[in-house]
Amino acid sequence: MTRPDPVTEPADDRVRAAVDAAYREEWGQVVATLIGMTGDWDLAEDCAQDAFTAALATWPRDGVPRRPGAWLTTTARNRATDRLRRDAAGAAKLGQLAVLAREPEEPPVPEEIPDERLRLIFACCHPALSFPARVALTLRTLAGLTTAEIGRAFLAAEPAMAQRLVRAKRKIAEAGIPYRVPPAELLPQRLAAVLAVLYLIFNEGYDEGPEERRALTAEAIRLTRVLVRLMPDEPEPRGLLALMLLHEGRRATRTDDGVLVTLERQDRSRWDQGLITEGVATLDQALAMRRTGPYQLQAAIAACHATAPEAASTDWPQIATLYAELAKLAPSPVVDLNRAVAVAMAHGIPAGLALVDELDASGRLAGYHLLPATRADLLRRLGRDADAAAAYRTALELAPTDAERRYLEARLAEIARR
Amino acid sequence: MKYVLLICDDETASPTNEELEVDPVHRAWAADLERRGAKRGGLRLRPVVDATTVRVRDGETLVSDGPFAETKDFVGGVLILECEDLDEAIAIAAGHPYAQWGGVEIRPVWE
Repeated sequence: MTRPDPVTEPADDRVRAAVDAAYREEWGQVVATLIGMTGDWDLAEDCAQDAFTAALATWPRDGVPRRPGAWLTTTARNRATDRLRRDAAGAAKLGQLAVLAREPEEPPVPEEIPDERLRLIFACCHPALSFPARVALTLRTLAGLTTAEIGRAFLAAEPAMAQRLVRAKRKIAEAGIPYRVPPAELLPQRLAAVLAVLYLIFNEGYDEGPEERRALTAEAIRLTRVLVRLMPDEPEPRGLLALMLLHEGRRATRTDDGVLVTLERQDRSRWDQGLITEGVATLDQALAMRRTGPYQLQAAIAACHATAPEAASTDWPQIATLYAELAKLAPSPVVDLNRAVAVAMAHGIPAGLALVDELDASGRLAGYHLLPATRADLLRRLGRDADAAAAYRTALELAPTDAERRYLEARLAEIARR
Repeated sequence: MKYVLLICDDETASPTNEELEVDPVHRAWAADLERRGAKRGGLRLRPVVDATTVRVRDGETLVSDGPFAETKDFVGGVLILECEDLDEAIAIAAGHPYAQWGGVEIRPVWE
């Protein structure tokens, strides 16, 4: 029975808050530990869920344990032992799991539970899984989002999302995807795959959308913080965290009444200086390791923008240099387009426009709305209004979101007026 | 884990067995496979013009000329492996010369 506390807030609410906090902090770790012990992803999730249900039932009576994570892991582990004992196949499996035989009643000291989330992250982001499957698995098993929540965030029906998760877990088991941190020779490539999944989750939430979709940026930041803690000697996770924090710091000003606001016109006084300061500090830690990478370069570019007191004082020559480095490290026509803008701002519009025209002629960005939008913007700055208007119209036909279409329409109207 | 590697390409290169034996990439690959002790069996297949596909539909046996799937690439060899996990199978597949112009499909063995 729960005893309401008449003096402070109701005990149930406090326990509920403690369980919620533990869920966010510990879910991934409990699941990771259970997968490590049993090799069974479904069993791990079920037993983790049972442990949190047990916490809701017993913590109001017994109080919140001193180490909630250890309590939850032990409870989930006991539950797994019980369930494996109950069926014959499981009993055989149990025989192999010496770790389960070890006095399950005694709460282990924290040092005894190694953080297995790193193994889980690499398994979830294995390249043999499809990209959508990697994203869904990461959000389910590491972040603890429910299938329904992931479905809503990705605008997919819950049964479809559930099936995606089932298939992914089946492939992990049947194809023998390893549950481990990759060896050194595979690490750079596999770490890049993990970072790509985390950045995709962030970007999915960064655009305008329903609340649950927007919450993805916070999930991505939380998961990247975990990765940084688990791989403190790798600079690129820090680079990615810095990049996310710097973007997040400017988020509130990205749109105004559903219309995209370009960096140049954003109200810098509304940027979140706390996030920006942390982003810059995180980037500095990464750069101090002296192993550059694409995320560190992107974060450095974002930092140039975020730390400029006003648009006019942006260090464009530095940004142009960073984009040139990025183009060498991670060649992409989108990077070339961004470099063209930086060159235009640093070394004169005609120089940048020449690079954009070169890209246009190459056809590498055919159908990408930001190519004509960028051309239009540079032509407008040169005063070539008729050419600019034509380019804005091309961009309007290709723009994928309402916020961008509204922005382009506003610019087109501006030219028509002058 | 047991895996089967399907060594695929579009058959434009089609080196002979003798040519493959002296190909440095193939030699390095074979030496690596030997070192791992992963090979459980393997065969090279004749070109796809010699292939026959058998399907049974509604109790009727349909025999057709050609490979199972009409795609650009064809299975040119089969290899049976015993590996620690998928990553080891990927490493072996990636080392095969055909991976450089064709592809190698990895199929876990259904035991």
